[in-house]
Amino acid sequence: MYTGKIRQILLITDGCSNQGDDPIAMAALAKEQGITVNVIGVMEQDVIDEKGMTEIEGIALSGGGVSQIVYAQQLSHTVQMVTRKAMNQTIQGVVNSQLQQILGRSQTMEDLPPEKRGEVMEVVDELGETVELEVLILVDTSASMKHKLPTVKEALLDLSLSLNARTGENQFSVYVFPGKKNDVEKLLDWTPKLQSLTNVFSQLSIGGITPTGPALRTALSSFNQKQSLRSRLSRDDESYFEESM
Amino acid sequence: MMMNHTLKSQCKVGPGTIISGKWHANKYTVIKELGFGANGVVYLAKHKNTQVALKMSDNGMSITSEVNVLKSFAKVQGSPLGPSLLDVDDWKSNRGTISFYVMEYIQGPDLLSFLQKKGRSWTTVLFLQLLSDLDKLHENGWVFGDLKPENLIVTGPPPKIRCIDVGGTTIQGRAIKEFTEFYDRGYWGLGSRRAEPSYDLFAAAMIMISTAYPKRFTKTTGGVSQLRKAIQQKPELLRFEKVILKALQGHYTNAKQMRADLLDQMVDKRISDPPLPPIKATSPASSQNSVKNAKASQPMTRQTYRKKRKKSGWKEFLLIAVILGILYAWYTFNKLL
Repeated sequence: MYTGKIRQILLITDGCSNQGDDPIAMAALAKEQGITVNVIGVMEQDVIDEKGMTEIEGIALSGGGVSQIVYAQQLSHTVQMVTRKAMNQTIQGVVNSQLQQILGRSQTMEDLPPEKRGEVMEVVDELGETVELEVLILVDTSASMKHKLPTVKEALLDLSLSLNARTGENQFSVYVFPGKKNDVEKLLDWTPKLQSLTNVFSQLSIGGITPTGPALRTALSSFNQKQSLRSRLSRDDESYFEESM
Repeated sequence: MMMNHTLKSQCKVGPGTIISGKWHANKYTVIKELGFGANGVVYLAKHKNTQVALKMSDNGMSITSEVNVLKSFAKVQGSPLGPSLLDVDDWKSNRGTISFYVMEYIQGPDLLSFLQKKGRSWTTVLFLQLLSDLDKLHENGWVFGDLKPENLIVTGPPPKIRCIDVGGTTIQGRAIKEFTEFYDRGYWGLGSRRAEPSYDLFAAAMIMISTAYPKRFTKTTGGVSQLRKAIQQKPELLRFEKVILKALQGHYTNAKQMRADLLDQMVDKRISDPPLPPIKATSPASSQNSVKNAKASQPMTRQTYRKKRKKSGWKEFLLIAVILGILYAWYTFNKLL
């Protein structure tokens, strides 16, 4: 049975990057490390331009995730839906590769007759409920996003409400870009609850540049740091365990 | 928005299209589109001269998931809440393989249009039906999840409420799969999104509110205070204020309790014997009366409760003071010696 955890980056933006690394390449880099990148494009009354749209879809595509364009008012519902959908996609991928191991190379869930599919689906559902989930939220705070930030905050609280209803554990972290000094700034370190986010958003400085690529790169390293800390901790656990044996 | 768009175009088929199953080789002729949502498109179709509803989606997972729910509904005896499942299959169209399932076609207007046409006296009857169906569902370990007026169809005659979209149905104890903000207690800040009977009862109460606000309303302050105000502004809701508020605050642990309270509201207080049939009891005079009763009785009980608490608090304080006094006296007495 699959016991790993699911790691995602959720990028909330309203347009095109204009500085630093190519965000699509950074998303591909994330995917190589087993991290899915999802993108939500937030519109107001205005429409996101063609270029921004292509970039949003490109990031999600090469990041192995889901993209969605929404009006600010629908953000809450979309954020939780996209996260959930991407999580299910990952689980489905894992289950499919396990099926291939059991049933032979070209077998996926779609090749099973509908009657058998139901049983596999129950496993997928079960995993979706119990798997450990890590979501790093990356919020674009460039000038045009300023008046959408209260909605973003609400959507993130709503996300934490949705995911914390699961039995599995959740870890959230929030980064914004551009930051006060650097391209990216950490707002909230890994935590199981997003409630502590309530005040931090108001102190943001709003800049003109949109360094989406560098932001994604920093987000990736945050996952890696966490992992190395984890492995050190778990190694400690193991040695302790051995001693007590 | 984008996803809906692409989804729709992929599963979009015109009237007359013949959909044949890859596994069971049944053929269905599409008559018209009945509706579409985030998870797929539903068509009215014909199979051997019977009308059926056919749902297709390019997301095979959600089809399989819904089929699982419908299958387990079929095991529940005498639970006609969801449609019965007829067939599951894949269709090899020229745009790729699309999963679909076929179910009984539930014909009729949706809840709000029915009430608009037939009048408010039907409200309670239909809600009593809904609550007993929900109770059966809950007893079998499920929670409906995405309960909303658009998903409720009134068939008949005789009028009977049925649910048509089981996409949100979740095993109790898990996280709700699908929901609609207005009917979701998490959105109003009145509870978690964990699947438990009280989640559905909150949605049922919101549906009652929406019978008086067909266009819904937007969240301002949220919480129970905004919803209470909304109830108090509509005379047709005042009659049910107590029941609605209890359901909104999660005071009912099962649908039976809410149903009993709702039934209680309908029994005319002045003529206790014999009880009137529910339909006749909606005269405005009696409803106002019962509201007064409800309003008068609630604060009274609360006050007495507080008084009781105060009394017992004093008793406790005195007891502790006396014990401490004795101990102190004994201590000083010992020291002196």
